Amino acid sequence: MTTKDYLALDFTDIRGIEDFYSSNRRDFLKRAGGGIFIFVALNDLLFGQEEAARPRGGRPGLPTDFNAFLKIGEDGHVTCFTGKIEMGQGPITSLPQMLAEELDTPLDTVSIVMGDTDLCPWDQGTFGSMTTRGFGPSLRAAAAEAKGVLLELAADALKVPQTQLVAKDGVISDQQDAKNRITYGQLAKGQTIGRHLQTKPALKDPAQFKIAGQSHTRRDGEDKVTGKAHYSADIRLPGMLYAKILRPPAHGATLKSADTSAAKAVAGVQIVQDGDFVAVLHEFPDVAEDALGKIKAEFDTPAATVDDKNIYDHLTSVAAAARVLKQGGNLDEGQQSAAKKFEQTYLTPYIAHSAMETHAALAQIEGDKATVWASTQNPFGARGEIAQAIGFPAEKVRVITPFVGGGFGGKTFNLQATEAARLAKATGKPVQVMWSREEEFFYDTFRPAAVVKINSGVDAAGKMAFWDYDVYFAGDRGAQQFYTVPNHRTASRGGPANAHPFGTGAWRAPGNSTNTFARESQIDIMAAAAGIDPVEFRLNNLSDPQMIRVLKAAADKFGWTPAKAPSKRGLGVACGIDAGTYVAAIAELAVDTAKGTVQMKRVVCAQDMGVVINPEGATIQLEGCVTMGLGYALTEEIHFKGGQVLDTNYDSYELPLFSWVPKIETVLIENNTTPPQGGGEPSIILMGALLANGVYDATGARLFQLPMTPERVKAALQKV
Amino acid sequence: MPDTISFKLNDKPVQLDVDGNRPLLWVLRTDLGLTGTKYGCGVGFCGSCTVLINQRATRSCLLKIKDVNGKELVTIEGLAQNGKLHPLQKAFMDHDGMQCGFCTPGMILTGVSLLKFNPQPTEKEIHSGLENNFCRCGAHVRIVQAVQQAAAEMKGAI
Repeated sequence: MTTKDYLALDFTDIRGIEDFYSSNRRDFLKRAGGGIFIFVALNDLLFGQEEAARPRGGRPGLPTDFNAFLKIGEDGHVTCFTGKIEMGQGPITSLPQMLAEELDTPLDTVSIVMGDTDLCPWDQGTFGSMTTRGFGPSLRAAAAEAKGVLLELAADALKVPQTQLVAKDGVISDQQDAKNRITYGQLAKGQTIGRHLQTKPALKDPAQFKIAGQSHTRRDGEDKVTGKAHYSADIRLPGMLYAKILRPPAHGATLKSADTSAAKAVAGVQIVQDGDFVAVLHEFPDVAEDALGKIKAEFDTPAATVDDKNIYDHLTSVAAAARVLKQGGNLDEGQQSAAKKFEQTYLTPYIAHSAMETHAALAQIEGDKATVWASTQNPFGARGEIAQAIGFPAEKVRVITPFVGGGFGGKTFNLQATEAARLAKATGKPVQVMWSREEEFFYDTFRPAAVVKINSGVDAAGKMAFWDYDVYFAGDRGAQQFYTVPNHRTASRGGPANAHPFGTGAWRAPGNSTNTFARESQIDIMAAAAGIDPVEFRLNNLSDPQMIRVLKAAADKFGWTPAKAPSKRGLGVACGIDAGTYVAAIAELAVDTAKGTVQMKRVVCAQDMGVVINPEGATIQLEGCVTMGLGYALTEEIHFKGGQVLDTNYDSYELPLFSWVPKIETVLIENNTTPPQGGGEPSIILMGALLANGVYDATGARLFQLPMTPERVKAALQKV
Repeated sequence: MPDTISFKLNDKPVQLDVDGNRPLLWVLRTDLGLTGTKYGCGVGFCGSCTVLINQRATRSCLLKIKDVNGKELVTIEGLAQNGKLHPLQKAFMDHDGMQCGFCTPGMILTGVSLLKFNPQPTEKEIHSGLENNFCRCGAHVRIVQAVQQAAAEMKGAI
């Protein structure tokens, strides 16, 4: 078995470097018109940020060409170009804030073009909480350099030394004569200047921030409340057709026969068949769907061997050898010094991304050029996939990313875009493919089911004596514990690519929600056995000052009073690190022991994400993580039989609802000494353990499997 | 054979010659080009396709176009009056009551309907009124704040 037969455990989900075609700068300048261009070379700043965040090998790495740029138009309007996309996480607001700050131009003079492969620099995709911490520094550097160029030009134009000039609000003026001034627009007029940054630009100290660091509401708010915001399935082209595609009943099933005659008889219907790819097209999607139902198809479906009950045994049996991520001390000595030992297994199921917008794309082919509007987190990846599917060179494929209606890691691969492109090529007309909710559940790249086995112990003084940790199939992210334990080993295991009966992939903070559920549950078990308050136990076993600070901040805000669990108060605690950000949460919940239901009443979540660009945006993401995380903790689980996904819609797959949502209080730790870290994912990692620990504190029942369904809660209560 | 369907859409009379059994959602999105009404699940679970029919929030994926014959229909595109946003639209902006925004049209129209029939809802009543509108991004707390602000501003006036 070779390396590529194993799952990428860090779930970067990035296609190979072959997807990258370095943009031709001269072509670009021609396309984008006049103005001053600042190109950001791949510099150590960006490289350090991205590499630090994703240190594992096997990734394509970053292109050696510029990664971010901006345009200052003749009217002084500034356009920011980014390959990142807006799916709700907020860069449409935070990236212009960063640019405006470094350029010293009013925020309302900055607009942004996102995820257009013809206009924007190559990007690896929008995931991993990488937009602010990875792309942000190079964008800021570009803006800082732009300001430097403008100051040079202004010194010539105003005939004063550059040191005598000051840039503010898009205007450069002479400090000794305020009337001697020139705007960025006047300077940019008619000029096209490109340069690479040779040295790391001096970025502003966050203490000087006036636009960044301030709360701003969403810049796309008005478009989104009026219905003007366009998503991929909202784009209309003359003569376009809507396609519905024949799907197998299970993954692994093969088409034996398809009788399309009845579908073909429907007025206006067009059928495209290419091997087992069968599509029905019509000028109305509902008519296409009805006609699809008239196809009589037979499939060969392989016998099911795995299901949602036996999957955990299956996964542990096919797992590859352990890959040790970190170890130290001596586990045997640790076992001997432990007064109490704990051996536990934790299980987390496949779960769906279930963005409210299903995968959608509209493809148009004109001559030798394909244009595809796609709901994707990875426009450049989509470009490569489409080019391959229709046999076009990648530079002849343009992917445009309108607003994306949620992603969470589920819109990294782009099957719907390749389907639309194939059908546009076959019919000669623009074709939209928008998956039904049933298709969305079937073709989702689920968070993988996973198993964590932990063997740990505490000494007589309540200090952790040893920690032996094996995670199967969740991935490495969040596997490494951060407590002070002298004897430890942390290992991760993947397995063959066909270990799962269907596609799996990154799900918001991939791996970390499983790893944190297991780790923080085990910590709680040890604290309870040692008879020590769970916050105190953690503080006793922590030395990382950043983690201590964030945990104390959560406890202070909550008004924590120490008690040994189970205290019957229903208080849970959990902490973790994700995407460079430290998070800790404390919650109060109630368990209905008769029904087995859990209601979170109040949660305090503290987050140290370094420099905060948009506190409002960061808070919203934090709240969103807490709310979304209630789902994987309490209800979300994919049921399946072999390759047949039994959950097909929201009748059986339950998302968090309004009535579940607790009072959410947030703390953003002031930390201007650490560069901005991730914000879109971190706090979601806490929710499994936070609720499991709260249930234990309320009832003495310990849950080792997510989600904590009423049946599982009641079963655990019976063991108390 | 096409049927002739007449109704009021966003304050304007509309007459369509269309197969009356076609789903309202798809007639809105394709024939009429009103794409603010979203497809989310197709079977009435999620509320993304919500429109107002005679001022009441209704799931357009479950209705046929002939069902709206003679009725008054409002989609998200028709909620603002004379260029002035509805107080709930403004409140959603003030509170950032959305992230990806895909559920937002249905969420706002459900909220408008809630406030029409219960102008001063309690927090619990807001929860139950919006319970079957799904938001995957987790903007729930902000959405509740937005409904509360609109309720306070409107003081029962619609």
